[in-house]
Amino acid sequence: MKKSFVLGTLAVAGLAAGAAAAGTLDDVQARGTLNCGVSTGLVGFAAPDANGEWSGFDVGVCRAVAAAVLGDAQAVEFVPTTGKTRFTALASGEIDMLARNTTWTFSRDVDLKFEFVGVNYYDGQGFMAPKELGVSSAAELDGATVCIQTGTTTELNLADFFRSNNMSYEPVPIETNAEAQQQYLAGACDVFTTDASGLAATRATFENPGDHVLMPEIISKEPLGPLVRHGDNNWGDVVRWTLNALVTAEELGVTSANVGEMSAGTNNPEINRLLGTEGTLGAMLGLDGDWAKRAIMVGGNYGELFEDNIGEATPIGLARGLNAQWTDGGLIYSPPFR
Amino acid sequence: MSDQAFVRSEIIEEQTPPLTAFGLVGWLKSNLFSNWFNAILTFISLYFIWYVLSGVLPWIFLSVWNAGSLSECREIATATWGDSHGHACWAVIKDRWIQLLFGFYPSELYWRPILAFVLLLISLAPVLYTSVPKKIFYLTAVYPFILPWLMWGGSVWAYVSALLGFVLGYAIVRYTSEIVGQLGAVILSVIGAIVWWLYIGPLLLSQGVGAILPLALEPVISRDFGGFMLALLIGVVAIGCSLPIGIVLALGRQSDLLILKTISVWFIEFIRGVPLITLLFVASTLLNIFMPPGTNFDIILRVMIMVTLFASAYMAEVIRGGLAALPRGQFEGADSLGLNYWQSQRLIIMPQALKISIPGIVSTFIGVFKDTTLVSIIGLMDPLGLSQGIRANAEWNGIYWELFAFIAFLFFIVCFSMSRYSMYLERKLQTDNR
Repeated sequence: MKKSFVLGTLAVAGLAAGAAAAGTLDDVQARGTLNCGVSTGLVGFAAPDANGEWSGFDVGVCRAVAAAVLGDAQAVEFVPTTGKTRFTALASGEIDMLARNTTWTFSRDVDLKFEFVGVNYYDGQGFMAPKELGVSSAAELDGATVCIQTGTTTELNLADFFRSNNMSYEPVPIETNAEAQQQYLAGACDVFTTDASGLAATRATFENPGDHVLMPEIISKEPLGPLVRHGDNNWGDVVRWTLNALVTAEELGVTSANVGEMSAGTNNPEINRLLGTEGTLGAMLGLDGDWAKRAIMVGGNYGELFEDNIGEATPIGLARGLNAQWTDGGLIYSPPFR
Repeated sequence: MSDQAFVRSEIIEEQTPPLTAFGLVGWLKSNLFSNWFNAILTFISLYFIWYVLSGVLPWIFLSVWNAGSLSECREIATATWGDSHGHACWAVIKDRWIQLLFGFYPSELYWRPILAFVLLLISLAPVLYTSVPKKIFYLTAVYPFILPWLMWGGSVWAYVSALLGFVLGYAIVRYTSEIVGQLGAVILSVIGAIVWWLYIGPLLLSQGVGAILPLALEPVISRDFGGFMLALLIGVVAIGCSLPIGIVLALGRQSDLLILKTISVWFIEFIRGVPLITLLFVASTLLNIFMPPGTNFDIILRVMIMVTLFASAYMAEVIRGGLAALPRGQFEGADSLGLNYWQSQRLIIMPQALKISIPGIVSTFIGVFKDTTLVSIIGLMDPLGLSQGIRANAEWNGIYWELFAFIAFLFFIVCFSMSRYSMYLERKLQTDNR
């Protein structure tokens, strides 16, 4: 029985695998689908609906790349990865890119041999506490019990924060975010700490979200962004500039609604270069001239993606904050399209 | 004389026993309230049962079935019972039960896993019950080839070719063993089957007949597999393969052949010495690094192999327990009848050893089946993995118990049936006079 399985499925898988030695861009185009690693489920960032259709902020990046490279935003094979499998999946070539809110750190970039192509969400570790506790600032948390996920950078950040402020705390170690929510609601800890986006998403699911406050302090830097393997710079450029195209589109006021109209030609040469009516930026990437236009048409520009998936109109209700355009005082900044 | 003892001259009529010794009251008195200590225990137990049920039953039955999101569920519960706490929101199951069963399998192809499941039950019937017509065994024999074809699709000829390889190997053993001896026949048949699988079969069937008569199902990639279907698939394959492999390993461990024995012992001890989750990590991450970049060795296949190996090692030890329980006289009796090794194993040793091991074997089966949920840790969308995906939707974020209860219910059905069947089998095979 086992032998037949090996033979049978190898035959099928063999067809799908094909030859893979050329650049990732060629591989993706030859395969006709983009293998994009996402989270197994994270509110607002990646989630399958009842029909198995993925959506979310990270998923939007995958779809934009697929649209730019393949001309079809549906031609994405989403590979759910866990925190433990994500890096090997990318390193082994099982996925072409990883968009799974992964923090850009030195060791991941240098030691694990990955290429972070940019930042699509600037996150940071925050605190949440019940309103009745009467705490309005993390500086007042001396002696608090804190629910914390073990084995994460948040655990180390927490220790650093309390030590540098000469405060003491009692950690309540917890394995998963789901468990953390239950423990926090059951009163096992005074304070719950994790990434601020996760806190907001968690609070949105409570029966009475208004009974809980998020502290204003952010105690760590968590720049989250898509990444690719070292060694294929051309593919890295494609992903990097697709992300930049979404950011630039917002800065220049190109939206999914008006991109068709603008691609006929405008007075702004940068828009023209972005949308391929001037210059040959697409050809330099190994794509056609319309690549950025297609990427923008899928889910809109960066701002639209943000508002649709995690913005203030959604249940998660994240404010732009650090993730506003640099022109609005945020950190989202794309190098020029020139 | 008046000091004479009383002598009854007639028998008293039969009387009904006292009210407290028969019927409901009698049963209560003898079983629940036989003394003051038992009475206290009874009351404490009753209170405990009432306490649990009074919380669980309203949660299960006073629940919301029609809602589009968790917040809507809570609104409805608040409007109906004045409190959203303590009322289940089964709407999430109603919304997602198909997904929890089939994962991302294309919905227009659901008939394929369903058909595979029905055929599984049919082909298992002659194995499980002796009253079923024996002809169904033919279906059982080809089912291992039907299952992957139905699930993964693709050309039927690849599977026919794989099947014919086994037929060819069997035929070679059957007809050449008298000419070249048993060992030679086995070697010949393995070579013949491999040549067939690698060269002749693909050429003749996949390209030859396949070109004329392209009988193919739409291929479905492994990544679309998920939900309870995935758990069942991995469980069935692991259970189906681990029993024969386990028997071989158990025999290998008892064998006098040094190399065979060493390999069996080391295999069993190594596999039993590492947790299943590390084997799964090896399957999902390490194998990827060992193999040349770009080769895409199917992840579900890798997991199946690992779970099967894991289950086989445990199975081997369970069966070894059965073998150890057999009296030495059984082996000697088989030898004295002039049976060779395989004949004595098949006719005398194994039937008894397996019968003794039934509870252990079935426990291993149940354990393996439940262990399939571990694949969610390596990113496969089994029911537990899907529950996380479902919770990641803004509508259902924050819902836990309902999903876990549903998944537990699915697993309970399968595990409980296995357990009941094993009890039936034990009763049926009971031959001693205990």
